[in-house]
Amino acid sequence: MADILVVVEHQEGVFKKTTLSTISAAKQLSALTGGAVDALVMGIGIASVAFTVAEYGIRLVLVAESPSLGTYTAEAFAAAVAQVVKEKGYGAVFAPASTFGKDFMPRLSGLLDAPLASDIVGLEKDGDALRVKRPMYAGNAIGTVALSGSPLLFTVRQTAFDSATTSGVKATVVGTTVTVDAGRTAFLSRQETKSERPELTEARVIVSAGRGIKAQENFKMVEELADLLNAAIGASRAAVDAGWAPNDWQVGQTGKIVAPELYVALGISGAIQHLAGMKDSKVIVAINKDEEAPIFQVADYGLVADLFKAVPELIAELKKSFVATV
Amino acid sequence: MKILVAIKPVPNPDEKVKIKGDGSGIVLENIKMVVNPFCEIAVEEALRIREKLTGEVVVVTVGPKVGEQQVRTALAMGADRAVLVEAGADLDSLAVAKVLAKVVADEQAELVLMGKQSVDDDNNQVGQILAAVLGWPQATFASKVELAADNKKANVTREVDGGLETIEVGLPAVVTTDLRLNEPRYASLPGIMKAKKKELKVVPLASLGVDTAPRVKVLSYFAPKLRAGGGRVADVAELMSKLKNEAKVL
Repeated sequence: MADILVVVEHQEGVFKKTTLSTISAAKQLSALTGGAVDALVMGIGIASVAFTVAEYGIRLVLVAESPSLGTYTAEAFAAAVAQVVKEKGYGAVFAPASTFGKDFMPRLSGLLDAPLASDIVGLEKDGDALRVKRPMYAGNAIGTVALSGSPLLFTVRQTAFDSATTSGVKATVVGTTVTVDAGRTAFLSRQETKSERPELTEARVIVSAGRGIKAQENFKMVEELADLLNAAIGASRAAVDAGWAPNDWQVGQTGKIVAPELYVALGISGAIQHLAGMKDSKVIVAINKDEEAPIFQVADYGLVADLFKAVPELIAELKKSFVATV
Repeated sequence: MKILVAIKPVPNPDEKVKIKGDGSGIVLENIKMVVNPFCEIAVEEALRIREKLTGEVVVVTVGPKVGEQQVRTALAMGADRAVLVEAGADLDSLAVAKVLAKVVADEQAELVLMGKQSVDDDNNQVGQILAAVLGWPQATFASKVELAADNKKANVTREVDGGLETIEVGLPAVVTTDLRLNEPRYASLPGIMKAKKKELKVVPLASLGVDTAPRVKVLSYFAPKLRAGGGRVADVAELMSKLKNEAKVL
């Protein structure tokens, strides 16, 4: 089959790891249907991103540098990808199912009149036909999906594919020309949630809090526990809606999908929508005073307790155990 | 301003869905259908804009006739009139977007508001495809929408990975709503009474002349592997010991 293109995610010239699981998914398709895997980096000041991507066992890195791609907008990025795809005849395009990929990939689908499978968790063949797996209904059903048309478009659920590893062979980095204007969209500003902690989608441990935390100031306790565990902090929708936590901490069906080694849920009842975002975690701990809370049905270690007593105790125990091991 | 709001009926999101024994679909018997929560937020935003600027809010849905009930809910919230394009429940995102594009053109809408995703298929596609088909700008995952004084532009704050982003889009545009945009009102009793008399135009899909051949087709459904949860610990000491010695994650 024709070649495969991965659209690389970066934040103003800083490579984002979401791209690595996307490369893995693209390589899986290549193994099933043939075709080489190339990557496309768009923006300005993106040389270091291009040379980083080149390490991960792909054929070519296309670099599209243009002032109209200097800050991300769906309008310009989708138009640029459409141009590259048409010019080079790619048969499939992959992007991460982050807010980046979820924003411009459907637009690309509209521009190219091409089928898009969102948030895929698997690729396989049934005879000669390609089949895609994707979660639906808050992850309570997995659909087996068939696509028809060309090119095939995919956004990739990061937790469902391992990160690509470096191959020792560097891909060729080449410039490619795109002519797009910014259209009628202008980037104005960005308000970054500042944090010294690991990113939610990359953390080995996540400490997450919900309605039971009761107030923003009580997140101090959550932060202290997170620091001891070198964890990222998450939140349920209730905590974000209440204004206790920033929007990008939200774990769930329409927020971040995470699968860390350890997920600690504090005062989270476990609505279907929250479970959709964390039930693939390796070990789940839940602390909640309501013993009927649905979160206990997915927890490996459920503790029915007042979190305002249990969490300080847990913090004290952790401090003790670290002193003991040093 | 003429605002078009696209809505979709979905099974009650607070109930866990069941898959049919043969994997051919989801069990919908005895399941309450509701307006997709993100679509409700879109209706609310449209009403707020109309309250400020005057104008008209037209609700559109594409699907089976039974969706009339959810359309009436949007009318009861305060939308002015509605269009139901009668079609099967299995149209894919490309088909729905092309149908909506036709309705947008017929209605000469100046702004389209819709939910960022429906909580049944979880595709998160139709708004963006619609914007592409119309050649309009898009602003997805909106948590704040501010129209410029001349109604020619809108500043939209978007919920993105890492925080918030604000963009300016020229109108007409498609805006898709995220959770924090507003809190939708409940339909009042007088609202419900009035809604019964509001215009609801049913348009047969075939009359629009749109190619809706499926490009993305769900062949079957299966349940994901269930997690064997339900383990309990008595106190923090036992939790610590299990995490260290059994799960070995500390």
